[in-house]
Amino acid sequence: MPIRFRTGLAAAALAAGLAVMAAPGGGAWAQVKIAFIDPLSGAMAPIGEHGVKHFQYMVDKINAAGGVNGQKMELLTYDNKLSPQETVIAAQKAIDAGARILTLGNGSGAAAAMIDFVNKHNDRNPGKEVIYLNYAAVDPAFTNEKCSYWHFRWDAHSDIKMQALTSYIKTKPNIKKIYLINQDYSFGHAVRKSANEMLKAKRPDIQIVGDELHPLAKITDFAPYVAKIKASGADTVITGNWGSDIALLLKAAADAGLQVDWFTYYGGGAGGPTAIKQTGLKDRVYQITEGHANINTPENIAWEDDFRKKSGGQGWWYPRVRNQMQMLARAMNEAKSNDPKVFVEKLRGMRFKTIYNADAYMRAEDHQFFQDMYISVLTPVSGDLKFDEEGTGWGWKTTAVVPMAETDVATTCKMAKPS
Amino acid sequence: MSTNAMATTTSQPLDLLKRYGIWIAAAVLIVVLPKIFTSGAALTTMSLMGIMIVFSLSYNMLLGQTGMLSFGHAVYYGLGGFLAVHAMNMIAADKLPIPLPVIPLAGGFMGLLFGIIFGAVSTRRAGTAFAMISLGLGELIASLSLILRGFFGGEEGITANRTKMLTLFGVRFGPQIEVYYLIGAWCLVCVALMYAFTRTPLGRMCNAVRDNPERAEFIGYSTQMVRFITFSLAGFFAGIAGGLAAINFELMNAVNVSGAQSGVVLLMAYIGGVGHFFGPILGAILVVLLQVMLSDVTGAWMLYFGLIFILMVMYAPGGLAGLVMLHAPLWRNNTLHHVLPAYALMAGPAFLLLGGTVLLIETAHHQLVRAATEGPAMHFFGLTLQSNSVIPWATALIAIAVGLLLGRRFAPRLVEAFHEASSPAAQLGRIGGA
Amino acid sequence: MVIFSTLNGVLYGMLLFLLASGLTLIFSMMGVLNFAHASFYMLGAYFGFQISQWLDFWLALIVAPVLVGLIGAGVERWGLRTVHRWGHVAELLFTFGLAFVIEELVQMIWGKLPVDYRVPPALDFPAFTLFETTYPAFRMFMLLISVAIFLVLLLILTRSRVGLIIQASLSHPHMVAALGHDVPKVFMAVFGVGSALAGIAGVIAGPALVTQPSMAHVLGPILFVVVVFGGLGSLSGAFIASLLIGLIQTFAIAINYSLGDVLMALGVTRPIQGLLNDLWQVTVAQVGPVIPYLMLVLILIFRPTGLMGTRET
Repeated sequence: MPIRFRTGLAAAALAAGLAVMAAPGGGAWAQVKIAFIDPLSGAMAPIGEHGVKHFQYMVDKINAAGGVNGQKMELLTYDNKLSPQETVIAAQKAIDAGARILTLGNGSGAAAAMIDFVNKHNDRNPGKEVIYLNYAAVDPAFTNEKCSYWHFRWDAHSDIKMQALTSYIKTKPNIKKIYLINQDYSFGHAVRKSANEMLKAKRPDIQIVGDELHPLAKITDFAPYVAKIKASGADTVITGNWGSDIALLLKAAADAGLQVDWFTYYGGGAGGPTAIKQTGLKDRVYQITEGHANINTPENIAWEDDFRKKSGGQGWWYPRVRNQMQMLARAMNEAKSNDPKVFVEKLRGMRFKTIYNADAYMRAEDHQFFQDMYISVLTPVSGDLKFDEEGTGWGWKTTAVVPMAETDVATTCKMAKPS
Repeated sequence: MSTNAMATTTSQPLDLLKRYGIWIAAAVLIVVLPKIFTSGAALTTMSLMGIMIVFSLSYNMLLGQTGMLSFGHAVYYGLGGFLAVHAMNMIAADKLPIPLPVIPLAGGFMGLLFGIIFGAVSTRRAGTAFAMISLGLGELIASLSLILRGFFGGEEGITANRTKMLTLFGVRFGPQIEVYYLIGAWCLVCVALMYAFTRTPLGRMCNAVRDNPERAEFIGYSTQMVRFITFSLAGFFAGIAGGLAAINFELMNAVNVSGAQSGVVLLMAYIGGVGHFFGPILGAILVVLLQVMLSDVTGAWMLYFGLIFILMVMYAPGGLAGLVMLHAPLWRNNTLHHVLPAYALMAGPAFLLLGGTVLLIETAHHQLVRAATEGPAMHFFGLTLQSNSVIPWATALIAIAVGLLLGRRFAPRLVEAFHEASSPAAQLGRIGGA
Repeated sequence: MVIFSTLNGVLYGMLLFLLASGLTLIFSMMGVLNFAHASFYMLGAYFGFQISQWLDFWLALIVAPVLVGLIGAGVERWGLRTVHRWGHVAELLFTFGLAFVIEELVQMIWGKLPVDYRVPPALDFPAFTLFETTYPAFRMFMLLISVAIFLVLLLILTRSRVGLIIQASLSHPHMVAALGHDVPKVFMAVFGVGSALAGIAGVIAGPALVTQPSMAHVLGPILFVVVVFGGLGSLSGAFIASLLIGLIQTFAIAINYSLGDVLMALGVTRPIQGLLNDLWQVTVAQVGPVIPYLMLVLILIFRPTGLMGTRET
């Protein structure tokens, strides 16, 4: 008899739990649902949460302008805890809830899982195709050997950034000794590899005095690494570090009085400007991005002003999200369809004018977005510079613009259009 | 407990039905569930539950059965999963005539292999030393998984495609439902096997090694050998679970061998209850549900997760299974309904306490995390509240206070009712058992 | 380079020791593997930050550890003591859950981004310059504080009556209880003091390292390594283990050779591609963080009492 009891209980528990899932998701039918999947808990949560604000802002804008094909957009958010497996589950939940446009940025592991999932899903569920819009995962593989018809990327991948960065370094003869320090995982490896190759091609006279890989997000004290950089006599450091790894690195460097220039990928990421200000590295930390708050076009300044008012003072971190969502809405409206299978074709090769009034386009070969790249430096806000970062009083100032033509990186992608 | 009691009584026809009835019921349940919960996410969740049931039961072979606290059980799960993924890719590339359903075996053997290797090293010690060795080994493999890219594939991991295998009877395992049934079948087989293991002489010896190693040693058993064999077998089943996960996600990455995964399996087993065979099953189901769903409902899900866990550890150390089995004597004697009124009485304060706590946490979470950017308006079960006003805070605190007071007031009544209901039951139970 | 590596290694080691000393007391007296110990360290850092924002750093240095110690004692009194009845696994899992809750609460209160916890101006200058590299005064201060605490602990433990009881509880816990000492009260005090020590470590490490919610679990597992490696119940063992691990981690980073380079020098030719190729290219610096765990496993297999311990774990 106790058997029946516990079977009953187990069944009841299961039923209670799963009942929520069985219920059809959401109520409003005539809406285009976009699922935002990113870490919303854990160490990377600030980045994910700020991403949500970007997308919500875009969705509100698009809806205010009449939506897409007469329908409103709706944003669904899912926490993938930065785990590839959870990403798959989240994507499944999103599709159940009626979303056919998925977007995800952080973590190349999660992004790779997403591409794989979308490929398989579309293969196995013809007529219910979904599309993956990638706003931040920069592993070059996603638009090269792993490229997919269903994946589009708006961020410049790490090779493009390095291409732009080395073009800039080419014009700076006073850079003589470069130290590379990167996180020991696929992205860090990609940065290091392209840095080595491109520097050799463009500035063979530059000496690479160090090429360090350190464990990802495990180092609490970078002082030993800084001692090594110091000993190498480097005048410039290139790093793809993000998260706590960049903040701690800069802090240790300032402590040791290391006087070098920092070329970073993610110096502007969450907590970055705070650390830079704190360590007093004025005019020494550069970042390479597709844009920033202080680019002087009236549209950009108005945009930044409006967003900061609505997001508690935090800046617009991701110009690419603006590009992505504007292009998405345009593709849907031009295709007169909200079905990914139809509007995908409009996105491929789409030409676009950014808010900085510059040309940009989505390359059809590999679904990689190309645009002008900006190298900027963090400095105290004054004069022309209007916006600071993270309330530090310091903001980004453009040092150089690398035109789109110079960022061109070939692709090995052989994209097969699904039948 | 109940199953123990069953097995020791002499076999009668009715007993036979009792013995296998639960397995038949479980099989039927597995078949019927997807007819009720049809959505893709529900299928994925249930598949994940099946995997985690095998994994947490394999863990309980160590903790519950033999008293070995391991902090590195994910090693065998993850390695099994990685080998399964590699096997799938190899089979697909070479077009070997091997169908998908046997893939978990590959994972199992990988788990067994490493169970034997690491078991030989770590089971020489028991107690805390064993726990620390397992922690060290777990961290070692986790760190190595980021260094050996060829096998582990770095952060991105290794992917495979389950549909590229030999097709039997026209089943390609593309749709999730087919994978669900595959996992269900494996889950049932593994649970049965692990249950059978507890009934073998060796399985019995495990309990002796757990409870009194000196005595076990004294009557001529090598406790180390018992620990070693159990450890290897636990590795085998963990490997099968890993293989199933590889099939389900078609992806394995470093997270699967990490300390976090080892922590999760410990949580599942303990929350479910390590003292009963079916405990980890309940634990796996609950933890998977919480993991998958809680984060959609609230931003503070980690806090709830931690609190639920702390409360379980403090007040229900027997886990869910312990709570359930507390009522077994009552059920056996048909006196369960005697306590129901007391439970009903208790439901009021419990609801107040729970509601108050949730309101407090949600309000605090909103005020501290979101109010700065989204304004003080928050939604709470369909209500719109202002997190910066007194009302939600006061309501929450009053609800908690009243709930606590009433709970204190009613608790003796519940205890009394419970004792009344269970004492004759215990009496009868003893007579029945004799 | 060697000097700086040594200094940094010693500093990191001393920081570990501040944490490990409390943990080893708790671990060896109560048998509790306190997973939340690093969380108390984090609380120390955040309290230190908050107090130095409102008032000043020097006050924080005293008040924050006391607060953390009180919280620790409270956790022991109202949490662990209840759980104690259910055995060591339950206690451990309790602290496991506690670590979750503390991390989430910290995130709710101070946010998920790192906070701007500065070195106090009085200590914000380079202590000395060697081969053009400066060494910050604050780091020297950290070093001094940790050495001072180590000495005080040593004195208390070897010279005072309290120390006698604690030492006795380390080696013969049952005997101490039999002698009529109020063991629960001793436990509460030890847990409180252990947490306070972690709190101090947090206050002084907060400005030097980044104060953020993930700072606890970065440090968590390594503490167990220190405690077990040094040997249960041995403060001097924990001290040596802390320094050793601090130095090993620091020096491993400074070495750039890979296994392949070493073998190549020995005349071994490069093996074929594949799995071995990865191992071949791994440098000592990359393996650095793995070494402590390897040490842990090896010492437990060959010398289960740990380096200086007197009883088996």
